[in-house]
Amino acid sequence: MSVGLDKEAGAAPVPEDGSPALLELRDLHVFYGAIEALKGVSLTVAEGEVVALLGGNGAGKSTTLKTASGMMAPRTGEVWLRGERVDGIKSHELVRFGIGHVPEGRRVFPRMTVLENLRMGAYRLRRPDPADIDRVFTLFPVLAQRRKQVSGTLSGGEQQMLAIGRALMGKPELLLLDEPSMGLAPLIVQQIFEILKEINDQGTTLLLVEQNASQALQLADRGYVLETGSVVMADEASALLADPRIRAAYLGEAAE
Amino acid sequence: MSLSDIWDVLVLGLVLGSLYAVIAIGYTLVYGVLQLLNFAHSEVFMAGGFGGVIALTLIEPAVDPSGLQSALYVLLGILGGAILGGLVAFGLEKAAYRPLRRRNAPRLVFLITAIGASFFLYNLAGKMFGRYPLPMPTMYENRQVFEIFGTSVSVTQLLILVAGLLMLVTVDFVVNRTKLGSGIRAVAQDPEVASLMGVDIDKVVSRTFVLGGLMGGVAGFLFGTNLQVEYTMGFLPGITAFAAAVLGGIGNVRGAMLGGLTLGVVESFTVELWGDGWRYVGAFVVLVLVLMFRPTGILGERVGRTA
Repeated sequence: MSVGLDKEAGAAPVPEDGSPALLELRDLHVFYGAIEALKGVSLTVAEGEVVALLGGNGAGKSTTLKTASGMMAPRTGEVWLRGERVDGIKSHELVRFGIGHVPEGRRVFPRMTVLENLRMGAYRLRRPDPADIDRVFTLFPVLAQRRKQVSGTLSGGEQQMLAIGRALMGKPELLLLDEPSMGLAPLIVQQIFEILKEINDQGTTLLLVEQNASQALQLADRGYVLETGSVVMADEASALLADPRIRAAYLGEAAE
Repeated sequence: MSLSDIWDVLVLGLVLGSLYAVIAIGYTLVYGVLQLLNFAHSEVFMAGGFGGVIALTLIEPAVDPSGLQSALYVLLGILGGAILGGLVAFGLEKAAYRPLRRRNAPRLVFLITAIGASFFLYNLAGKMFGRYPLPMPTMYENRQVFEIFGTSVSVTQLLILVAGLLMLVTVDFVVNRTKLGSGIRAVAQDPEVASLMGVDIDKVVSRTFVLGGLMGGVAGFLFGTNLQVEYTMGFLPGITAFAAAVLGGIGNVRGAMLGGLTLGVVESFTVELWGDGWRYVGAFVVLVLVLMFRPTGILGERVGRTA
């Protein structure tokens, strides 16, 4: 797929008071050794939005998230959070800027209980906020039932819920989610996306990497399509959902 | 071997085993956060022995100390051991291992560095304090404190048992109930995600070394009580404690405790039954046997980090 980038239609809404976007990535070039994984990625996420990042394997979706949360440093390019330049700041310091990252493959701490995992999510705070634990248990009642259970023994769906809940414990303004639907049954995926919508309604901004393009675009306000390290499309989610090229490439429909 | 003999040997074994357990925790904690077999930990133990002697020599203990004086001397020795042990462990991590982590060095390089650091440290001690044993200043009269089932327990034995148990309880609390402990466990299970939660890995690793070093240092002092300290004193207890950590399941704190006590008791019975020449044979035979049937150790659950 090689299509032009429509810069106008896919632009993030600009706040009326002229305040900076919540997250802005500017021309990121990121390398793994000699391999250039991101070749000039730029994107913006405004406060309150849900933005989806689509693309095939190796397109650079996870690398984009990792660069935004400080797990990787760009060789050139800039990362801005609420008007502050943060590239080069390590991830353990970056969490103070209100960024939460739910990593690919869930990666809960397997030998900690559900409750201990949630407390780890609040590590940056002086102590976990009980209201946040209540909030997570309200969003994910199944976690409340399993609070004393060792996390390695949870099902995949429960681990995903725990990974999201753990990230919420750090009171993020911006939540980065890396393939929350991976390897889960359709019913569970639907449930998780409903909860993501609720989390967004409660005021958390979401940047979502997904292979499951139709689920992601139904939830998202806007979307970016990445291909071999570059943004090739950016548009309103509804427009992307209707775009025949997207439908052919990511929704399994034959091209017209 | 009569019943009271068995009891005698068991008490000796538990005293020795509690020291092994305390040292083993230093190995197991560091292994947990870095997957590193820190063979220089035996030199942390040795440094603790010298720390105790130095602290006590500085104040020149009274010839016939009162009970209060004795207690103060012991506390001072413990403090000296803890401080020097903690400092050496802290410096070791900073100077030897951190530069390797910065460069993402392979596992083997860490191992060789550990062995090199061990040689360096004990030869440094030999150079600084002389290559002959230094006597531990007398802190108390090592009389019998009480008798239990016909076995008399001396001041030194009681001291080592109580201090050892206190340290084991404390470290268990720190690892399982404190913020530092949750950081240590998170880094052991998934360092990358731990840093996404706001855990400063460098800080946690450094404090893990210090925690192990404080305890190893106190163990070194306790080991030297009523005896002597020497620049090579770390080697055998260090290797045995390392074996204890492996026996219990390396990376597992309670496993290290169990392994330490087990090897102490086994060693004590081996000496009683076959003589001092067989001292380390029994413990290592047990180690080999257990690992044949449970390669991950008594309480170990896994081989790699991936879960």
